[in-house]
Amino acid sequence: MLSFANPPSTLALVVYSSRVPAGFPSPADDHIEGKLDLNQHLIRHPAATFFARAAGESMKDAGIFDGDLLVVDRSITAQPADIVIAVLHGELTVKRLKKPNGTWVLTAENPIFPDIPINDPGCEVWGVVTHSIRQHCDR
Amino acid sequence: MPTFGLVDCNNFYASCERVFQPSLIGRPIVVLSNNDGCVVARSQEAKALGIVMGVPLFKIRDIVELHDVVVRSSNYALYGDLSERVMSILAASAPQHEVYSIDECFLDLDRLPVKDLTGWCHALRRRTKRWTGIPVSIGLGATKTLSKIANKLAKTSAKADGVIDLANHPEWIVAALGKTPVGDVWGIGRRWSAMLNERGITSALELRNAQDGWVRQRMGIVGLRTVHELRGIPCHELETQPSPKKTTCCSRTFGHAIADKDQVRNAIISFAERTAEKIRNSGQVCGSMQVFITTDPFDTSAPQHSASASTTFMTPTADSRALVAAAIGILERFWRDGFSWRKAGVMLLDLSPAGDIQPTLFTNHVASNGLMQAVDRINDRFGRGTIGLGLSAKDAEWRMRQEQLSPHYTTRWQDIPRVRMSEQVPSGAEA
Repeated sequence: MLSFANPPSTLALVVYSSRVPAGFPSPADDHIEGKLDLNQHLIRHPAATFFARAAGESMKDAGIFDGDLLVVDRSITAQPADIVIAVLHGELTVKRLKKPNGTWVLTAENPIFPDIPINDPGCEVWGVVTHSIRQHCDR
Repeated sequence: MPTFGLVDCNNFYASCERVFQPSLIGRPIVVLSNNDGCVVARSQEAKALGIVMGVPLFKIRDIVELHDVVVRSSNYALYGDLSERVMSILAASAPQHEVYSIDECFLDLDRLPVKDLTGWCHALRRRTKRWTGIPVSIGLGATKTLSKIANKLAKTSAKADGVIDLANHPEWIVAALGKTPVGDVWGIGRRWSAMLNERGITSALELRNAQDGWVRQRMGIVGLRTVHELRGIPCHELETQPSPKKTTCCSRTFGHAIADKDQVRNAIISFAERTAEKIRNSGQVCGSMQVFITTDPFDTSAPQHSASASTTFMTPTADSRALVAAAIGILERFWRDGFSWRKAGVMLLDLSPAGDIQPTLFTNHVASNGLMQAVDRINDRFGRGTIGLGLSAKDAEWRMRQEQLSPHYTTRWQDIPRVRMSEQVPSGAEA
């Protein structure tokens, strides 16, 4: 399991530089740049970023599949075509946000589901999905 | 001009429960203490139903059923995580801040280069709400005490919309203090409040106008400071460097009274382990330990007793083995058969930074904290209580009852919220 909510990534550099024993210094010493940090790549606003698990099939066309891990940033202002987490009837759902004729609607990437106007009571955008992460190998 | 801000999360625990369960918005919510005993937090709707702070759940069963009140065990993993997020947003916004409690934060806004402070506060409220889902109120004043009062009014006044600035509106202060019962003033506890009421001082305004000499005589220098703060003279500065904790405690009220010594012992062992973990986490060691047990003060039919004793460590330590051994030793000293115990706890005192240990002439063990570090890491990764000394029973009867616990949405992978992709459109959704 990716445990990128934990701090170990920040320890990487310390481990590197303190490991050099007496003797020959590593020729790579001057070129150490730190390690790549998935946190840094996936999370721009830590205080506003939450994880969620996608359930269901209807966002296939958007590239989101059942069981995918979603990175959700609540600080971003949603724009048309964003994939968002929306509150619908008290439940958190994944939708595509659109603005076809000047009105905001939530759509599923599946024509059998009707669009839902965003000004419906009890309907609001909870956060913007910035990444989805799919596991391809489970061992 | 000094300007203090107090940011306070509205009904914090109830608000946390709503972030990932929006269906709870608008419904009355109560959050229970450890062990699901008493109400420790309420949503606005629950307050409106007349549910008071601290009431045991069994006393409000009828209201809960009649009004379909949502009952939750306290989920400190969730509240702690959301609190950290709120605090980090506040810290990034103001020049200086002081985290005062899990849901309150003082800000120092003296040197903030903005003209419209009220507008700035409204923007900060909106940002906190949008980023974390937690609503906050903000009060500003020339002193911490005044900012507290401003905050309370900001919460209740519909016109304020969550922000009141008494620092730049001194003309509001008299009305604000007049509306504030003296018992609501920061630092005025129940005893002072009763004493002041008896002498006809019922509002913050009347306290502000009391004579220095009289206040000093009745309430000492601490009380006088409060009065000066009400007059706009700052006596309490922002504490930006929190002084490291001097004590830490782990205690529980048992689900039911326990007479069996082994069970109480198990509880004590586990509290000792938990406190040890706490101080290791903050890089501290303790110089002494206190253990206490008490019977149920409300059960008038049973014999009452409470016992407490302490011990001092020759070398300050944070090693679970040493602390558990000490706790068992203390319990052996004061244990008495024939009582039904309702509460027990372990307190660590004389905490100091782990680096400052003075080795003594007679110390024979070199502090080896490698083992303890390994234990902490395992528990960190796989959940509290995964590994410990082979002494405390996992399924003990005293263990915390948490029957209404919501998921740890932000701190456990298996608990992160599941979001549906709308296979089922609930009926009526098309309308």
